[in-house]
Amino acid sequence: MAGIPHDHYEPNSNGEKWLHSRLPIVGLLYDTLMIPTPKNLNWMWIWGIVLTFTLVLQIVTGIVLVMHYVPHVDMAFQSVEHIMRNVNGGHMIRYFHMNGASLFFFAVYLHIFRGLYYGSYKAPREVTWIIGMLIYVLMMGTAFMGYVLPWGQMSFHGTAVITGLFGAIPFIGESVQVWLLGTPNGAIDQPALNRFFSLHYLLPFVIAGLVAVHIWAFHTTGNNNPTGVEVRRTSKEDAAKDTLPFWPYFVIKDLFALGIIMALFMAVVGFMPNYLGHPDNYIPANPLATPSHIVPEWYFLPFYAILRAFDQEVWLVIAVNWLSFGIIDAKFFGVIAMFGAIVVMALAPWLDTSSVRSGRYRPMFKWWFWLLVVDFIVLMWVGARPAEGIYPYIALLGSTYWFAYFLVILPLLGVIEKPMTPPATIEDDFNAHYAPDDAGSTTLAKPAE
Amino acid sequence: MFRKLTLTAATALALTTGQAIAAEVETHIEDFAFSFEGPFGSYDQMQLQRGLQVYTEICSACHGMELIPFRTLHDEGGPALPEDQVRAYAEGFEIFDPTLFDGEGDFRPATPADHFPASSLSNAPDLSLMAKARAGFHGPYGTGISQFVNGMGGAEYIASLLTGYEEEPECALEGEPMDGYYNVAFAAGGFPDSCKDDHGKHKVPGSWISMAPPLYGDDVDYADGHSTELHHVAEDVSAFLMWTAEPKMMARKQAGLTGVLFLTVLSVLLYLTNKRLWAPHKKKKH
Repeated sequence: MAGIPHDHYEPNSNGEKWLHSRLPIVGLLYDTLMIPTPKNLNWMWIWGIVLTFTLVLQIVTGIVLVMHYVPHVDMAFQSVEHIMRNVNGGHMIRYFHMNGASLFFFAVYLHIFRGLYYGSYKAPREVTWIIGMLIYVLMMGTAFMGYVLPWGQMSFHGTAVITGLFGAIPFIGESVQVWLLGTPNGAIDQPALNRFFSLHYLLPFVIAGLVAVHIWAFHTTGNNNPTGVEVRRTSKEDAAKDTLPFWPYFVIKDLFALGIIMALFMAVVGFMPNYLGHPDNYIPANPLATPSHIVPEWYFLPFYAILRAFDQEVWLVIAVNWLSFGIIDAKFFGVIAMFGAIVVMALAPWLDTSSVRSGRYRPMFKWWFWLLVVDFIVLMWVGARPAEGIYPYIALLGSTYWFAYFLVILPLLGVIEKPMTPPATIEDDFNAHYAPDDAGSTTLAKPAE
Repeated sequence: MFRKLTLTAATALALTTGQAIAAEVETHIEDFAFSFEGPFGSYDQMQLQRGLQVYTEICSACHGMELIPFRTLHDEGGPALPEDQVRAYAEGFEIFDPTLFDGEGDFRPATPADHFPASSLSNAPDLSLMAKARAGFHGPYGTGISQFVNGMGGAEYIASLLTGYEEEPECALEGEPMDGYYNVAFAAGGFPDSCKDDHGKHKVPGSWISMAPPLYGDDVDYADGHSTELHHVAEDVSAFLMWTAEPKMMARKQAGLTGVLFLTVLSVLLYLTNKRLWAPHKKKKH
């Protein structure tokens, strides 16, 4: 693996040499764990570990839940209640899994906004960013299909709304919807439940594979850091001044952060496990009774708000509708906007024209960035409100800003903004906060101890 | 039919504005002080037993509880009836057993292994999960924080509904007589146009529910001599229904507390480890 110069694994004993010449797996693990990591990483660099842990938590609890769950429209709801009542510890496992989805998205949003602020998406880390966006999209699909499995009212009618989105695609929409649901008349029934169950089990492993590629990619480029300045690669000694090995320094730091996050997570699971859920999903699915408000889970709300923001009264929608001879109607426009909101975010590496990577040294960018964070929270709030009164206007304003940030503000800022000068090296930044490291290369713990 | 529903739901609820989404109906939900609220709250065993009595003598005439096995009445953290009482209680219910009578099925007295019967009326919802299915997080601004702070969940809703029957408001007498009973805690029922203002906004809280008032006070005789006022009876049966919806609540809170304490200690140890580990590299500036 290319990257920052550092000591590699050297097999010592004959046994190690024997294995290493046949399968260098110990070397791979060693190099991964001992990767030189910028020593100035702050607390926003902990979310990767939290996310990895959450993925494992979801897969492990999920596998146990599948041992008791029955993917049948007449039995799914009862089997979930069976888990809640009769399976040993089943209520805890299910609540872990249910709230684990929320933890997953909570962490991923902080992870993504960390990347947006410190310019982690910029060259040479575009591939890491794109893979991350793919993981995020797969997470959304997985979470949605998981929500369908208990076959409650929100499961059923949420499926109607989401698959209905695909039905909005011109010409092929209806076929796509039929293909998704697996019934010739577009009914939401056993075939839909079965395939969602199958995919809900499959996709987490695809995510796990992509996570490995995500880590591989940023281990090749090296971590970004709060200064956005690259680790010196001129020599091993220079690199060592900017970095510390991942083990034990960042493993222990990340585990400490993970401990706190898990304590908070445990409090949610133990004391308010249904707070983030919707009560209607404790009512068995009934195709004939539509809930008065169909609200997606909180983590979908910002994009749900964007979906609903573009109604047929928005001039842009009217114009597009006219120009496309009515092919792109308000409904399809909303769908494009929702997916487009994620696409523009994925394109950030090519839309950001600034020569400086980290937002810390970009005086104008900072304001626009924090406005984007506020915008995201406002969209989340308005997504849960009924689309009436003033709410659609707020949603439209918020959606407009989301697109403006990526398509207009990021490209323009690079031209008009006069950034500050970042420190020359990571070592300089670190030494601005702490006394120079006279300990040199003597470390408290020996590597791989 | 389903396809039409699907498309209608998608169109109406996802993509249009200003229509199809029901106006918020104001309801009166009283904040009852239940013993099981908060991180350390627990079920009151005597209250659950009284609630079971109210369910048995009144609610069970129409409402079933299909998800609840009789044996769980014996569980710790629940009503905790002695085993012989559970057996005797179960025998009071007849259930249909398809294995009897050479496979044709027949009725027999229930055993602790059986579940409570289903509802006997088609429009009487099953009560097993009612306290979780009606938790309804509302304000402020849909964040549900008021419920979080006041602990106002489904049990409050049920108790408020049972005590929420009131005289029909005067505006309702102007138009066609309404089906059902006026209830200030019920949101999903019929509502007369004569009680709406020009913008369709409701002038009185609640709506009309088809269930006749089930409780009036003094509906049961409690063996423990507890008050049988309407307010108390409603509270008892609501607490019981909270237990049926969340029978493992006490074990869950115990696990939560243990987990939080353990993880806090672990975090402190990791904090100290981390501090010591980084100390040579993070010296204070002089």
